[in-house]
Amino acid sequence: MDMLQAETMSIQSSADVVLVRQSVRQFAVKQGFSLVDQTKIVTAASELARNTLDYGGGGTVKLEALQDGIRQGLRLTFEDEGPGIPDIELALKDGYTTGSGLGMGLSGTKRLVNEFNIVSHVGKGTCVTITKWK
Amino acid sequence: MESIPILQMGEFLLVTIQVDMHDRLAMKLQDDLTNRISQTNARGVLIDISSLDIVDSFIGRILGNIAKMSRVLDAQTVVVGMQPAVAITLVELGLSLEGIRTALNVEKGMALLRASLETAPRGSANGYASG
Repeated sequence: MDMLQAETMSIQSSADVVLVRQSVRQFAVKQGFSLVDQTKIVTAASELARNTLDYGGGGTVKLEALQDGIRQGLRLTFEDEGPGIPDIELALKDGYTTGSGLGMGLSGTKRLVNEFNIVSHVGKGTCVTITKWK
Repeated sequence: MESIPILQMGEFLLVTIQVDMHDRLAMKLQDDLTNRISQTNARGVLIDISSLDIVDSFIGRILGNIAKMSRVLDAQTVVVGMQPAVAITLVELGLSLEGIRTALNVEKGMALLRASLETAPRGSANGYASG
């Protein structure tokens, strides 16, 4: 698997969340994603960037354009050094929320992408990686 | 601070969201609209989201809040113009925008608002008859 292009962005404000959405859109267009797939990955990025900001106290996202044989994809890695998630299984349930959202963020995001991985350590932070293939 | 313009047209308020809203701007729209409904005695609110290329759970919640708040203030809300790709994504995300009335475009949205005003005289937006 080759990495064609990569970029790391900081998420420290709600304006940064907008910038993340715009960059993810650009990457998705460049990878030749359909409009529906672009919309899905941008929406997923918006949910996760907001989580990084609201629950993780800010962090970073790494955008990577991937090529695996003939398939093209986009991988996003969100990292924060916030309080972490004590019970990941619970956090992944539809309707579960500790904050101001609808509780569809994590569980819903998982449905929008092909690969979803979350690693979290209480007191150390959370890392969420999603990949969408064309 | 920047804000999204709210236009008044007779008994209705019109909002066209044309920017990629950050969260605080969306919260401000919710507050501004609620205030304007009460100031202007508006009976209906039409929100055009045809320029939005995504609706995530946060924007979905704001739209739902606006619909609920306007109902409490005796006004109806219709959201119009959602792009097909946004609708597909929204449903897969798990949001169905329950409690929010939608129409395909501004024209149909206005017709829906007018029709609902005819059948629902002032004071009945909560579902109870006024007399």
